[in-house]
Amino acid sequence: MSATWTAILLAGAGTFAMRASFLAAAHRLAAVPPWVQRLLRQIPPAALASLVVPALVRPDGQLSFAQPRLAAGVLAALVAWRTRNVALTLVVGLAALVVAEALGWT
Amino acid sequence: MSRTDLRAGAMAILPMLIGVIPFGLVAGVTPVANGLGAGAAVGFSTVVFAGASQLAAIDVLSNGGAAIVAALAALTINLRMLLYSASIAPYLSRETFGRRMVVAYLMTDQAYAVSINDWAGESTDDRRPATLQRRFSYYVGAGLTLWTTWQASTVAGALLGRSVPDSVPLDFAVPLVFLVLLIPTLSHLHAVVAAAVGGIVTVIALELGVGPLAVMIGALVGVAAGAVVDTTDPVERASLR
Repeated sequence: MSATWTAILLAGAGTFAMRASFLAAAHRLAAVPPWVQRLLRQIPPAALASLVVPALVRPDGQLSFAQPRLAAGVLAALVAWRTRNVALTLVVGLAALVVAEALGWT
Repeated sequence: MSRTDLRAGAMAILPMLIGVIPFGLVAGVTPVANGLGAGAAVGFSTVVFAGASQLAAIDVLSNGGAAIVAALAALTINLRMLLYSASIAPYLSRETFGRRMVVAYLMTDQAYAVSINDWAGESTDDRRPATLQRRFSYYVGAGLTLWTTWQASTVAGALLGRSVPDSVPLDFAVPLVFLVLLIPTLSHLHAVVAAAVGGIVTVIALELGVGPLAVMIGALVGVAAGAVVDTTDPVERASLR
């Protein structure tokens, strides 16, 4: 088997194992203790912020605040907060970045 | 399966496809451009089905790296799936094993986040059949819509052999989608703390050269910080889900 397919199968099996991990054991969770619930409640904001923030403040792999992606991201965050409208947020965020780059801000 | 809830899940994820399609095109183009072939593109998208990790593995392979190194690069990026699995499991604990494995295969940032947002405020102890049916249908509606789009855009990218034009920064749509998912989760002080600490620690870890492991480190520290605040937040205590 080629290295490519070995990698695909290994990565696929491992990724599925991680996706399935707690779901596979879920039937044993008769009741989730409050302290565990307290931890689980933090997962959506913590995990999503860990994906978002680096993309906004180090888009090229270097920490930088004076660049259009952070500005466009902040604008998009305001739109998302005020409207909760996914499509509008994406359009405003992307348009802001296109305009900023067209104006020579990089 | 409830058709109404399938559709509700699909509708919730629909606008996010603006960020998924260009990403899927890249996932299709990249393996072909690096000589791994269109079969590998489809293999990665169906078997691994996790965009950023696919590109990381392809990068290792096209630089002559070993299969195990490529797989480890992918798995490091996908560690956050452990968190999603733990977070979603209590809501589906009375589902059949088969259905839970369907949920596992379809798990993505987007399907997870729209579902957990939809179920927020519900008790995990609510295990009435109608509730379970609604949760599963909503998740599958979201997950399957994203899956189908991902496969179609991978194939399109592999066949067309070229990416979307560089003049439109569509790669930025991916973090914007995560941003849209993040905002509604920030409804309590503990969530804001979890997000702020998670984001800052991830950036610090990246600056220290930790690499893709930084996301998992940041997320775990953010979870811990949020939980600490949560115990001392009486408002949140009063409204325990």
